[in-house]
Parts: sequence; C-alpha cells; structure tokens
Amino acid sequence: MQSSISYIALKTIWIKECTRFLRIWVQTLVPPAITMTLYFVIFGSIVGERIGEMGGRPYMEFIVPGLIMMSVITNSYSNVASSFFSAKFQRNIEEMLVAPVSPAVIIGGYVGGGLARALIVAIIVTCVSFLFVENVNIHNLLILVITVILTSTLFSLGGLINAVHAKTFDDISIVPTFVLTPLTYLGGVFFSIQLLPGIWQTIAQANPVLYMVNAFRYGFLGVSDVNVGVALAVIIGFNLVLFITAYTLLKRGAGIRS
Amino acid sequence: MKALSIRGLKKTYKGGQIALKGIDLDVEEGDFFALLGPNGAGKSTTIGIISSLVNKTEGQVTVFGFDLDTQLSDLKRQIGLVPQEFNFNQFETVQQIVVNQAGYYGVPREVAKERSEKYLKQLSLWDKRNSPARMLSGGMKRRLMIARALLHEPKLLILDEPTAGVDIELRRSMWDYLEDINKQGITIILTTHYLEEAETLCRNIAIIDQGTIIENTSIKRLLATLNMETFVFDLAPNDNDETTQALTLEGFTWRIVDGHTIEVDVEKSQGLNRVFEQLSQQKITVLSMRNKANRLEELFVNLVEKGRQPAAAGA
Repeated sequence: MQSSISYIALKTIWIKECTRFLRIWVQTLVPPAITMTLYFVIFGSIVGERIGEMGGRPYMEFIVPGLIMMSVITNSYSNVASSFFSAKFQRNIEEMLVAPVSPAVIIGGYVGGGLARALIVAIIVTCVSFLFVENVNIHNLLILVITVILTSTLFSLGGLINAVHAKTFDDISIVPTFVLTPLTYLGGVFFSIQLLPGIWQTIAQANPVLYMVNAFRYGFLGVSDVNVGVALAVIIGFNLVLFITAYTLLKRGAGIRS
Repeated sequence: MKALSIRGLKKTYKGGQIALKGIDLDVEEGDFFALLGPNGAGKSTTIGIISSLVNKTEGQVTVFGFDLDTQLSDLKRQIGLVPQEFNFNQFETVQQIVVNQAGYYGVPREVAKERSEKYLKQLSLWDKRNSPARMLSGGMKRRLMIARALLHEPKLLILDEPTAGVDIELRRSMWDYLEDINKQGITIILTTHYLEEAETLCRNIAIIDQGTIIENTSIKRLLATLNMETFVFDLAPNDNDETTQALTLEGFTWRIVDGHTIEVDVEKSQGLNRVFEQLSQQKITVLSMRNKANRLEELFVNLVEKGRQPAAAGA
C-alpha cells in the first residue's frame, strides 16, 4: 500500500520536473547545444587540428566524451538546484511537505528530473558531435550508460544539497561558478592527465570529475587515464555519501521547516 | 471521535521566541471550528505543527487518532491544508497544480484528473484549468488552493485565513461552499480575521493569544456572555434639521455621532423598548438601527485585553 503510494508520488514529482524543464526548453535544452557546438568548432576543429593526437586518438574524438560529460554535469546540477530552490523560494515545496511523501521519494523525483534533462542533453550533444567526428564507435555501451547515469545522479544530488542550504539565488550559482567549473575544466575534459608534470598528476587524481570523464571516455573510446573499476567505485562512493547527506537534511527539514 | 486533539503543545523558535506555551485543544469530528487570535498569537504555528510544516518543541498532536510522532503518513492523509499565502507554482496550470497535489497523496493520475474536474467545476475554475496560475485573480487563487486541498478527499480541512483580500460577493460564495462540504462530513478548522466569518460559519471557537488558549467554547455560549451591545440609531430630520440637539435618554449611556445619528449602549437587562419609548415620547422617528460592531469582535477584544492584564501589570 505505502509502496504504491510512494511510487505514484515519485512519478508525480518526476513528471512535474520533466514538464518544468521541457516547458522552458529554450533555456534548458538549446544552450548546451550551442555551447558545445562552439567548443567543437573552436577546440576541436580550429585548435584541435594543430594539436594532433591525444591519448592515441585525434583530438576531436578525444574531447567528445569529455564535452558530453561536461554537459551532463552542469545540466544535472543546475536543473535540480534551480528547481528545488525555486520550490523553496515560492514555498510550493510545502505541497510535498504536507503530503505523505518521504524524503527518499522527494530526492528520487528531483534526481529523476535532473537525470532526464541530462540524458536528453547528452543525446543532443552526441548528435552535434556527429557533425564534427566522422567515425563514432562505442567501445563499451554498458560502461557508457552506467557512467552517465551515476554521474548525473551524483550532480543532481549535489544540486539538491546546494538548494537545501541556499538562502538566495546567488547561493545556487556560487558552487557551479567556483567549484564545478574549475573541477570540470581540470578533470581531463580537454587533456590527458599524463601531460601533467609529476606531482600535478597525483593532485589531479583527487578531482572526482576526472574519474567520471575517464570512465565515460573509456566507454566511448576504450581509453582512460584511470582504472575504470576504481573510477566507478569512486562515483558510487560519492553518490552514497551525497544521498545520505541529502536524506538527512530533508528528514531534519533543514532550510525547509521551522 | 475527535478530529483533532492537542495536548501540551509548545513551540520555541530558534532564537528563543516562544510561539506556543503548552496549549490543549480538541475538535470534534464534523465540527466547523474557528481558531481566532491577533497577529502573532500562535495560530499559524499551531496549524504549521498540525500539518507538519513546523517542528514542535513539545506536546502531542493526534488527527482522527493518528499520532504526529508515530503515524505521520496516516495523519497527513487526513488533512487538507489551505495556507494563508499562495504557495503553488505560479507557472503551472490550474489543473497541473491540483493533479500533482493529489499525486503526492498517492491518488493515481487518471483518478486525480477525474476529481479535478469535479472540484474545479464546484469552485468555478474549470474554464481556467489550462491557464497558468499566475494569470488568475486573487479570488481564483484562493479557490484554487481550496480545490488543491480537497483533491485527495481529506477528512479534516484546515483553512488559514481563506478569505483574506477576497471581495464580499466571493467571500459569501466561499462561505456557502465551505458550509456545504462541512454538511457532507468534512471537519473544518478556520482561522480568520473576519470575526463575522467565524460567527456566521463556526459552531465552536478557541481564542489564542500570546501562545495560550484564553477561551475555548461554543460560539453560542460565548455570545451569551456578552452583557452590553452598542446600537447606532439613524433618526429622521426635524424642522430644525438637528434632531439630536434637544434629545434626552434617561437610564442609558449614549453619544451624538452627528445631527441625525446617535449611539446607545444597551445592557441585556435593559432591552431596546425603553429606548424606542423615549424616542417616541420626543416625537422622534427612527429610520434605521444597527449594531455598532460585530458582537464577536467586542468579545474578542475584551478577552484579549483581559488575558493580557496580568502580564501588563507585572511588566
């Protein structure tokens, strides 16, 4: 009985979230297509031709998985952070709080929304990449799918936690600007960490985005700077920590109950 | 069966502000109950705790026998909440808002859509079902919140100042609707600043001030304690056009409002006949007569002032 009620509630939040980002598709789905086209043109075609190969692949092919992953990360995060914070700001989060919806269901619904947007954006960016890369061979589809789902889940959870703590709209842009962007750019999207000198390679391995980009690149191209098993374990570990954090915050009513 | 039972409910907010000092309250099933109090008295905190939007500090709350601490999901299913402020997504359509809300309570989407037609029609919102909520008028938004609260068919409907800012005609139609659903068996708890609203609709009443219940009784019993009422008499003009100039009223406290209007304080034991007798003797015609203030309003002010006296004396 309770499980069927929870399932309906989960589905409702998910539909509501998908309806939200599809309603404003010009703001949510078009910008990643334009941004990534520019990346492909500038870094792939113009600069890439002068770089030659990276990780044993033409530079354009090398950056495709990284750019897809970059879109997945930013869209998962911003979707959940802005949607949950808006719900808090407009107080329509109370619609869920007064109903018999458990924190796990709220998390599941919002993360599901972030995941849906990230997957649509990933497909759009992949389609854009076909305009620039001649032969796209997928090395391991399972690793590819698992990585994109786990990464999107991870950053959706991160966006949710950010929104729970946020008090103003500025608070939900600080993390993407000062944390996510540097981590993504330094996470091996545009280069192999083997190019980094000595100690910097070790430091780069502390960046969780590196594991996501490389696991995804392995699924795509069969090349990776890190062990794929370790990469997946790291992503799963972060997911667990963030889920427990988000669950505890919602259960306590942090930032949403007085 | 008790629709709501509250025992020793206390709430202290972060920063030390005490909102509730240990209130006890019972609302019987099927009742139309008013919770009154001045701003900051603790009404919204009480409602917030019952609907689990506010964490209590101490005490016990049960709704239709379900305990807030141990049977929260069951308790939530019994309640429909109409909050004071608009708290729906302004960009969603009317139907999306009500159907989604039902979904949070586990109502399947198809059933929710059918019910949405029923309740949106009852509240004259069906024509607006595809309009974004931000396009609705204030009155429509209030009705939307009532429809949203009813879609999962709760047994207890809590309305926090539902007619604030609503014009008189719409307020009356909302009263009729609330009376109808109360007759169908839904218990209603209402907070309002319009005391006329409480007097018209509610059978029982609790008055809360400074986190304490200062009165909890039936409206009838409460009004029976009212000893004196002030009446306003509109008098016909005489030849001099100053009817009230030479007027006398023995045994009453009275005041001149203007040349043709007076206010008279009448105790229950005195009756109004003596006023009319004296006015007739002076050949003065009464054109109309009305209560100066809402009767409940007078009682409310008296009770709140009385409740604050010891604190004021000690301050």
